[in-house]
Amino acid sequence: MVKEIERAGFPVVHIATIVPISLTVGANRIVPGVAIPHPLGNPDLPAEEEFALRRSLIERAFRALTTDVEEQTVFDC
Amino acid sequence: MTKRVVHYVNQFFAGQGGEESAHLEPVTVEGALGPGLQLQALLGDEAQVVATVWCGDNHFAENLESTRREVLRRIASFEPDLVIAGPAFNAGRYGMACGEVCRSVTEELNVPALTGLYPENPGVEIYSRDIYIVPVADSARGMKVALQAMGALAAKLLNGELQGTAEEEGYLSRGRRKNFFFAENGAVRAVEMALAKFHGQPFRTEFEMPVFDRVPPAPALKDLKGATIALVNSGGVVPMGNPDRIEVSSASHFGRYSLESLEDLTAQAFESVHGGYDRTYVNDDPDRVVPLDALRALEKEGVFGRLYEYYFSTVGTGTPVKNCSRFGTEIAEQLKADGVDAVILTST
Repeated sequence: MVKEIERAGFPVVHIATIVPISLTVGANRIVPGVAIPHPLGNPDLPAEEEFALRRSLIERAFRALTTDVEEQTVFDC
Repeated sequence: MTKRVVHYVNQFFAGQGGEESAHLEPVTVEGALGPGLQLQALLGDEAQVVATVWCGDNHFAENLESTRREVLRRIASFEPDLVIAGPAFNAGRYGMACGEVCRSVTEELNVPALTGLYPENPGVEIYSRDIYIVPVADSARGMKVALQAMGALAAKLLNGELQGTAEEEGYLSRGRRKNFFFAENGAVRAVEMALAKFHGQPFRTEFEMPVFDRVPPAPALKDLKGATIALVNSGGVVPMGNPDRIEVSSASHFGRYSLESLEDLTAQAFESVHGGYDRTYVNDDPDRVVPLDALRALEKEGVFGRLYEYYFSTVGTGTPVKNCSRFGTEIAEQLKADGVDAVILTST
């Protein structure tokens, strides 16, 4: 899906936990998720901290979308 | 002398439960277990499955390097002559674990290793150059045939009898070349191939070219503050009751759902129907896969323009690449028609 949406001209950021699989399916902008069953959250954190974590991952996704890349790039920090 | 085989499986095939056990750390069991029992029967007196090492799929995929080392240490302690992993069919995490185990065994223990994967399993692209991968069906319905094929290759590897091409010997090409003599010289073979092609008859190239289907990165967003951003996910998050009946595995379609006037995806109104991970956490709070609450906050602060009024959802587990490509194409058409600028795609 990532590849076909990008082929249509949209920048796509893939938020996924198993980065090697994301690379294999051809995502060009990758933000690693927290864990497989909760890529954008952490049930061990208090609600406020979990929300802040999710927000920070989205901000990183925005940074990925606004960064020109030449090849597959993992935005891991 | 009886050869020694160590078998690797995940928590499910070890009989330790499904997704609720996917976090479990590596465990060693003496002898054969689960599909290993059938492997033992196929290997007969030639070889003995001396131990089974199993591990939860999430634990392996989320702690790749440390788990790989720990599983390798456990396997090495049995001094195997051969290691068999899986079969993992079309399972993404399990396929990766099997690939990691086999590659480590091959490279660090210098012992042959094989696994069984469906040809579309992402593990094939990652590991097929380094290990023996027997092509198997996409699900455990194909277990019997998979084990027979893996057992046959195992027997050949144990006896050092691998002579023919990858296809003849029953594994996926590792991209390696071997010198041997043909009856006809190259010129004759090339002309025969050209004639076969000309007459529309089947022929087989001797030099397969790799197929790269990479999409170049789209240009970055210039103006985040003016951008419309859409959410897509393969984690199966749908309105409660799954109105479009999206399949729990091997999805045949995707759904489009309104986010209008929603600030948050609540556990009362949304759920995941994905059959390939423990849905407890996402069903407690669907924003853990479709991060609506955080996006609404950022939208209000003016960090980006606006969130597209629908999100798209499907189930990524066991879904053929052909279907996924079609979903992507169809989703892109709708996004284009509605003036979306960029996409956040979340996967579990």
